[in-house]
Amino acid sequence: MTDRAAEFDEARLVAAAKGGDYNAFHALVEAHAPHLYALARRVTGQDADAEDVVQTTFLKALENLANFREEAAFGTWVHAIAVNSALKLLRQRKRTWVGQPGDGEDDSLPQPQLVADWRPSVEQQVEQREFHELLQQVLDELDEKHRVVFVLRDIEQMSVKETAATLGLTESNVKVRLMRARLMLRERLTALLGEGPNLKAHMDDHDHAHLLEGRP
Amino acid sequence: MNCDDMLKMINRYVDGEIDPSMCANLERHLAECNPCRVVVDTLRKTVQFYKGDQMTELPIQFKKKLDDALRQKWDQTMGKG
Repeated sequence: MTDRAAEFDEARLVAAAKGGDYNAFHALVEAHAPHLYALARRVTGQDADAEDVVQTTFLKALENLANFREEAAFGTWVHAIAVNSALKLLRQRKRTWVGQPGDGEDDSLPQPQLVADWRPSVEQQVEQREFHELLQQVLDELDEKHRVVFVLRDIEQMSVKETAATLGLTESNVKVRLMRARLMLRERLTALLGEGPNLKAHMDDHDHAHLLEGRP
Repeated sequence: MNCDDMLKMINRYVDGEIDPSMCANLERHLAECNPCRVVVDTLRKTVQFYKGDQMTELPIQFKKKLDDALRQKWDQTMGKG
């Protein structure tokens, strides 16, 4: 189905739901809940929190369905509710909020320590479920302020501007955190998926010609 | 261009946001620096893997719980109206 056809279909479902058709509402939930669950799980780092976020999101959608304008995209609407609910949960739990700039917000970057190729087609060699769990575990280990920026920018594809506005950060904070997040995830994944020699030693001297020429 | 310069621009490079003249510079460095090439390649894969890791189904027990909660709310707000 094309995006436009899907939107049309969705607008019809929204109209039917507003008219009292539970099955139409349920079809909208089924279409969006898995993605929102994954988003909430990544942001909060907890299964139970992800469930809370998804349930809250659709209960809110249901409560406000009568006021929802059919020309707007239902998916965009529930996505925004889910992001805000997930961030609210984090904010309630932590004394320091991810949107607080401050500590360590200089431009320094983590230097790559492990530099090795990854096993070829690694994502096809392990079961999808297992690979998903590996990615999730590595993401869970990332500290919250970097994890949230990575999820909103790289997985949810929100713009720098949108991410900054959502988190109350400057755009430059978002860019630095995204860079750090990617480098930290890359490092950890290399530890798990890397093969062959660690080329890190060669990164320090900025003279790599010997690698190409086969000199020791 | 050295490895530190490369590292500072790595995100913009991977995201295709570097202007062409700088990009040529960067690619010259990559052509002769194996470690930087590996870092760029694995960073790109990192982003791709996470982007591609999408969920198509809810955990089964939660699905039931969610359905029950929504049905109940629906009956309160819409069904009995």
